[in-house]
Amino acid sequence: MALTREQMAQRVARELKDGYYVNLGIGIPTLVANYVPEGIDVMLQSENGLLGMGAFPSEEEVDADMINAGKQTVTARKGASIFSSAESFAMIRGGHVDLTVLGAFEVDVHGNIASWMIPGKLIKGMGGAMDLVAGADNIIVTMTHASKDGESKLLKHCSLPLTGCGCIRKVLTDLAYLEIEGGAFILRERAPGVSVEEIVAKTAGTLIVPEHVPEMTF
Amino acid sequence: MSGLDKRVGSYEEALAGLTDNMTVLAGGFGLCGIPENLIAEIRRRGVSGLTVVSNNCGIDGFGLGVLLEDRQIRKMIASYVGENALFEQQLLSGELEVELTPQGTLAEKLRAGGAGIPAFFTATGYGTPVAEGKEAREINGRHYILEPAITGDFAIVKGWKADHFGNVVYRHTAQNFNPLVATAGRITVVEVEEIVEPGELDPAQIHTPGIYVDRIIQGRFEKRIEKRTLRG
Repeated sequence: MALTREQMAQRVARELKDGYYVNLGIGIPTLVANYVPEGIDVMLQSENGLLGMGAFPSEEEVDADMINAGKQTVTARKGASIFSSAESFAMIRGGHVDLTVLGAFEVDVHGNIASWMIPGKLIKGMGGAMDLVAGADNIIVTMTHASKDGESKLLKHCSLPLTGCGCIRKVLTDLAYLEIEGGAFILRERAPGVSVEEIVAKTAGTLIVPEHVPEMTF
Repeated sequence: MSGLDKRVGSYEEALAGLTDNMTVLAGGFGLCGIPENLIAEIRRRGVSGLTVVSNNCGIDGFGLGVLLEDRQIRKMIASYVGENALFEQQLLSGELEVELTPQGTLAEKLRAGGAGIPAFFTATGYGTPVAEGKEAREINGRHYILEPAITGDFAIVKGWKADHFGNVVYRHTAQNFNPLVATAGRITVVEVEEIVEPGELDPAQIHTPGIYVDRIIQGRFEKRIEKRTLRG
């Protein structure tokens, strides 16, 4: 069975370490905040200028001046700080964020990522995605392994305009957890009940399959 | 308006000198911390051919979106747009030009503009469509592109409190791009929720020192929420 969105978030959350500063993108990455393991404390960075993003507010706590990068109302947790957009991206560009999790349309064996623009469709903009992928050392991309028509999104070369080049080394799809190294995807884990054959069939870029590929457990 | 007292009596006075084809830098992130009354005054003045620099372009009927209704914006420099139908329509018809800029690069362009730095190298956008036509350089084994700074004829800013000297503090995440655009305008106009007596603001807690600010006005704000999201 392919992973659900919740399971993908749960799997990513296992990569969190105590004391990490983490930027979570919109969509599945946002859900990671719900699965921070017991005994681990992390600080969530929201690129509109908030380090220490808290839970969504109650009706009484809603404040128009308190939003996250997805423009949703939020709260600040104890120990939070608030600053300008330039300061926020100094943290990001300067490599101070320990882990960045974001979605994508495509990734390839060279660590390139395409996530912001589909030619012919309306282009809304890259927001902070290009800064995040250029600035972070430790990035996990979350995406479905293939499109609804079965077209692989793990490619030899990205076909869409890039968000960043040579910057991605870890990918979690609904079928597998993979690393990118030496011009190939390396299959590290597979979703429960998903066969290596299915992953091979749905990966267009070069894929290295180690002798033992453990199944994820939840 | 005299000497170091930056207060002006009306919104008309606050934007005196704003004419066609100028570049306007606007603070705000989505609808959070936007100078809503100064935007309304730009609309009232009817100036056109504007280049507007702001992270986003408001929504239909609110924020910078209202300047699209009479086609006052010729060019928009932003990181994320298209939350409004009118924007999309004018973009597709070619009436509106858009220069999409990565959010951190946009923030740094404004910071650099205000700090007298004409351009800077950044890894952001290298190897992407953003790098097209820009100088690239390898420094210590990494690739960077040269990004020019941004300055404007006017900067419009939303603060929380200011004193007569134009010292400004922002509230929560309504800070965002506001202190950056405040430094990069030839004329910087700040509207705030409250003008306080000199001495009331702690000098060590000022976000935007008065040296950057030319005009201050107190306004009333709707503070519309774009995505009201509640717990549980």
